Amino acid sequence: MSLELTMVKIFIDEKAYEADGSQNLLATCLSLGLNLPYFCWHPALHSVGACRQCAVLKYKNEEDKKGKLVMACLEPVTDGLRISIEAPEAHRFRAGNVEALMVNHPHDCPVCDEGGECHLQDMTVMTGHNARRYRFTKRTHTNQYLGPFVNHEMNRCIQCYRCVRFYKDYAGGKDLDVFASHDDVYFGRQEDGVLENEFSGNLVEVCPTGVFTDKTLKRHFTRKWDLTDAPSICHQCSLGCNIIASERYGSIRRILSRFNGDVNGYFLCDRGRFGYEYINSRQRVVKPSHSLQDIRPITASGKRMIGIGSPKASLESNFLLRELVGPANFYAGISNAEGRLIRQVIGILKNGKVKTPSLGEVKGYDAVFIVGEDVTNTAPLLALNLRQAAKNTPGEQAAALKIPIWNDAAIREVVQGATGPFYIATPAATKLDEIATQTYRAHPDSIARLAYGVAFAINNLPASTAASLQPVELDEKTNTLAQSIAAALLAAKRPLIVSGTSLYSAAILDAASTVADALKDLGKEVGLLYTVPEANSIGLSLMTHQFLEDALERAGVSDGHAPGFADDEAAGGDDDDATADDDDMTAIILENDLYERTYRKNADAFFTRHKNVIVLDYLENETTRQATHLLPAGTFAETDGTIINNEGRAQRFYAVHIPDNEVRGSWKWLEGMQYRQQDMPAGQPDIAAGQSPEKAVHFDDIVDRLVTVFPEWQAIKNLAPPATFREGTQKIPREPHRYSGRTAIHAGANVSEPMPPADPDSALSFTMEGYAGIPPPGLTPFYWSPGWNSVQAINKYQIEVGGPLHGGNPGHRLFEPVDKGGGAAPDAAAGAATAKNIPPAFSPQPGRYLVLPLYHIFGSDELSALSPAVGERVPSPYIALNDADAATAGLVEGSWVEIPFNGEVHRLPVRLQVGLTEGIAGLPKGLASTAGIPFPFWTTITAHHDD
Amino acid sequence: MERPLTQHIKNDGTWLTLKEYEAAGGYRALKKALQLPPAAVTQIVKDADLKGRGGAGFPAGKKWEMMPMGKETPGPKYFIANGDEMEPGSFKDRLLLEGNPHQLIEGLIIGSYATQARFSYIFLRWAYHLAAKALTECIREAYEAGYLGAHIAGSDYQLDLSLHISVGRYMCGEETALLNALEGKRANPRAKPPYPIVSGLFGKPTVVNNVETLSNVPHIIANGADWFLHLSKTGEGGTKLYGASGRVKRPGLWELPLGTSLREILEEHAGGMQDGYQFKGVLPGGGSTDFLTPEHLDVPMDFASVMKIGSRLGTGTLIVLDDKTCPVGMVRNLEHFFAQESCGWCTPCREGLPWTAKLLDALEAGKGKMEDLDILAFQVDYMAPGNTFCALAPGAMEPLQSALHHFKEDFERHIHEHKCPWN
Repeated sequence: MSLELTMVKIFIDEKAYEADGSQNLLATCLSLGLNLPYFCWHPALHSVGACRQCAVLKYKNEEDKKGKLVMACLEPVTDGLRISIEAPEAHRFRAGNVEALMVNHPHDCPVCDEGGECHLQDMTVMTGHNARRYRFTKRTHTNQYLGPFVNHEMNRCIQCYRCVRFYKDYAGGKDLDVFASHDDVYFGRQEDGVLENEFSGNLVEVCPTGVFTDKTLKRHFTRKWDLTDAPSICHQCSLGCNIIASERYGSIRRILSRFNGDVNGYFLCDRGRFGYEYINSRQRVVKPSHSLQDIRPITASGKRMIGIGSPKASLESNFLLRELVGPANFYAGISNAEGRLIRQVIGILKNGKVKTPSLGEVKGYDAVFIVGEDVTNTAPLLALNLRQAAKNTPGEQAAALKIPIWNDAAIREVVQGATGPFYIATPAATKLDEIATQTYRAHPDSIARLAYGVAFAINNLPASTAASLQPVELDEKTNTLAQSIAAALLAAKRPLIVSGTSLYSAAILDAASTVADALKDLGKEVGLLYTVPEANSIGLSLMTHQFLEDALERAGVSDGHAPGFADDEAAGGDDDDATADDDDMTAIILENDLYERTYRKNADAFFTRHKNVIVLDYLENETTRQATHLLPAGTFAETDGTIINNEGRAQRFYAVHIPDNEVRGSWKWLEGMQYRQQDMPAGQPDIAAGQSPEKAVHFDDIVDRLVTVFPEWQAIKNLAPPATFREGTQKIPREPHRYSGRTAIHAGANVSEPMPPADPDSALSFTMEGYAGIPPPGLTPFYWSPGWNSVQAINKYQIEVGGPLHGGNPGHRLFEPVDKGGGAAPDAAAGAATAKNIPPAFSPQPGRYLVLPLYHIFGSDELSALSPAVGERVPSPYIALNDADAATAGLVEGSWVEIPFNGEVHRLPVRLQVGLTEGIAGLPKGLASTAGIPFPFWTTITAHHDD
Repeated sequence: MERPLTQHIKNDGTWLTLKEYEAAGGYRALKKALQLPPAAVTQIVKDADLKGRGGAGFPAGKKWEMMPMGKETPGPKYFIANGDEMEPGSFKDRLLLEGNPHQLIEGLIIGSYATQARFSYIFLRWAYHLAAKALTECIREAYEAGYLGAHIAGSDYQLDLSLHISVGRYMCGEETALLNALEGKRANPRAKPPYPIVSGLFGKPTVVNNVETLSNVPHIIANGADWFLHLSKTGEGGTKLYGASGRVKRPGLWELPLGTSLREILEEHAGGMQDGYQFKGVLPGGGSTDFLTPEHLDVPMDFASVMKIGSRLGTGTLIVLDDKTCPVGMVRNLEHFFAQESCGWCTPCREGLPWTAKLLDALEAGKGKMEDLDILAFQVDYMAPGNTFCALAPGAMEPLQSALHHFKEDFERHIHEHKCPWN
């Protein structure tokens, strides 16, 4: 994959332009800001030449005045190229082509969900076609049920083939295809049924018309122009994909991908796209149980409180809680086991010498070794990008044949579906196994041993000048695998090591970085990427090294320790005996259901030990039921904030709307809690969130305070322009200029138009008034450009199509690799610690099982699972066993078993899982009935007979 | 007059067995070729100027010469015989497939040797059941005799040949769609470049030649390029299988010197028009060529000459239109075929052809309008070569555009009389 930049001079309609010679002509024209219609080409899927819409006239030379029609998407851009977009022949052909596409299109725009943001509408208008001459019957199709996410209306199809190209070729889907031929081609499944692929929602954006539309939007449909939008960040895993969240009438209507070339590019996973509906839930906490006036005597009394922060909450909210209770009394609301691993990842991000690539950069690596992470389920979009990385080495064959990188069909024919090198080591089968060169199934400790073996094989080369590593004893088969992985990583130009915290194994994290370091020591351009559990896991754990069991211990809950958890040297906080304030203890719990984090009896005990339990949360849950004081917290849709993703990238999200109730961002509540009531100005409304004695406190003030306390985070001040920023004199409108009915929305109550809500916290406004041009990249609430009403207006926001946004991709990485100079002395992050970190090999224990978490894209994330559409896809709880283990225990698929653990007995059906490591059982993580179970744990499994 | 391709064909429904073929001199050319370096074999075929008999007329020797050679080339390389003869009106390859399969197999092995291909396929039209039987039998015989497999005829050359019977789409005859079909994928054509010679079957360098083209190869190797060049009546070498269908006295297929005139084929070999029928026009090379009319009868039927008068030699099989057959109906019939056989990949072909077919239906039914002629003219422009992804739709436009030109009044009469005047 050569991306050499070769600038050439070309002539378009007799005007000279400088252009990038590695692009095709269509992309070049679009990058130059010219309007040339297209359908089948997509900046991420490239050219196949099917739709014939991008025809231009190409001249042989300066003398040639006649020219010849060519398809721009298949035309290389060479020096001296002369073309015309505006020639009448080219215009006529393009208009004729749209007319032909319209032959079978139903013209049902008024009842089509795509209407108003339809690429087909835009392109039709662009070509000038307006009257159809076809007078015969139209071809019709039946539509299919495709599951809870995507609606299907095949009659609208214009056969651009993008859907199958995205679904099959890009995302690796198997159950969507093209059927039949001639004007009867049909895009769908073999039969009705749920689209299986985790990225099916992208069809909604990839489809240029209304064949595939968002079914969740359909249930509360609103036209694009009537939505209030905000630039936001997905909160449903640690990757921090950029999204556009949209609202109308107080409810969130849909999520779209917001292009960020450094993160998610054009795409989202289905959890991120369809998991938003919990925001609209009837279980939302919308009323405070007490006013701040009542809460301040507790929180501003100077008495000691403890605060439990959240990896779902913003840096700002966590920071204010930390300030309110004091750093020593602030605990991250995640298990110590998890927290220690995240701190380990942070240590590597901060001090490691290997580059952590951005999610976008992942696509550029050419060999992959996944150490213990089922990324499809824990960080889905990473899996999508890894699939692209797997194509790079085979793609070199096409490059050798001088096939340009944009000629997707030709590359595909050369490559023939080959992938690799790609190695996966996990305890259970993963979806990416289908593209793997080889897989390895084992206990986390054995996975770590394999990785240490790989590192040793690399390090042991004569060329390596690094300090030697400890050899690992591996059985012959594993050793052979380690050797071949090492050889493949060494043969690659850009090897990538992927790992994560999901198996609760410190050894895995260390082993992965040891492999990466060994490659780095040989001068390899290696990448090392860890995934962590939640949207702001990194941000939260950067603020404290105290976690939930520390808080439990502090509160005198004795057996707070989870299995696998060793004594934490750093735990502690205040040295004072916690029981000193025993009868008047206050706990503030931020956006966190402790019953999801620890055993029921621990959580129960914790709450009994506190007189005041102040809870800020979005949804009613077991923790809110324990609250003595409950405050309605804003989700990402109702508040501004900053979060830090797995890569260490700080990103800003903005409130989509100010809800018509008392829901406020937690940082506003927390800000309001710290002042004594008597210091507050008189005549305050009951809700005085975000108010200090002197003035209203705005988001930027909190960020200022945050970077004063954490000076190394200075960069987050500049993630986006401050609230005072104006384009000229104008704010950036959250509503498109075609927003309608704003005087009608409240007409039932009052015919006078109410004052629109102000947004003192950002440079965005809540109305349609404001700057109409392209805003700064971090403040882009929607894509719209004259003539480009669909999502494909993004072309106009990019410096060149598919490339970075005007003003650069938003977000800022807080850490870069520390260059210690090639094979320098082993550092504290990995090398020296290696020898002691190599765990012994796992041996199964007869009659007992080690239970490891199994992750489900739909189910393992608490909030998205509460969204009805995602809820339909959540599996029922089960326990997975390997065939042999099940046979030994006399169990079959569907047998019910009892699993005793820590005083709780779980009753579950058995699912046989081929490839699961012997002696290991898998339990879905995060389902309603498995929430709060800390992994991993040993247990027995006995058949349960219903009598 | 020499008839190298057909002289031994028995015309009794049986094919030449290996024994019979060898007795007639078969496989001697292969043995001769194997004594030569591959490039020398290609050179002979190139010198003979053997033009592709599938319709496009691209010289086979030139194609072979482009095959990447040497140790560094990606492999295995493939060599394919295109026997998916589905062009309306064409039945010339059928005779060679059913009558003398060993001749094709020998040509295929020589071509494979010249290009150093490792695997070879015969891609056969599904409906050619007898040919399938003959080929299966002959491939078996060739393996047993050591003409296929390892150490062919005692040499170091190894080639394996398989017969692939298509599922029956016209599209599969397009060489890149054929490759996709052979790979088990949808028979959509591929974008060119890269050409199959660079990235063909399974992404490897591949030659695809027509059955008639390959059947000439043994004779060229056996008798030399000069001999071949002198077989014809014009500058283009060899003989050609010419056929005729329609209301002629003797519809059939004849091997004649390339460049035999249209008049000679029609009047001497096909016996002229049946009594009571007048010659009105002819599609000279199958369903996707332009009509020729009486003033064109003296054209030499070779690639360059037919091209010069605005049509194509194509497959060399004439479809004759008489005065008692409606030209609109004839074109309509063809356009229905092409519309049905479109793969559905590119817009002009997928949408334009069915629209065209419906317009012709309306005209035939007496429901045509004058504007329809403009729309038909638009379709011709719209589906011009280069505007579509492959040659199917431009081919489909050839009979239509020439009919609109030569038989314009007949189209208009359908509109004015509100019925088909021939009905």
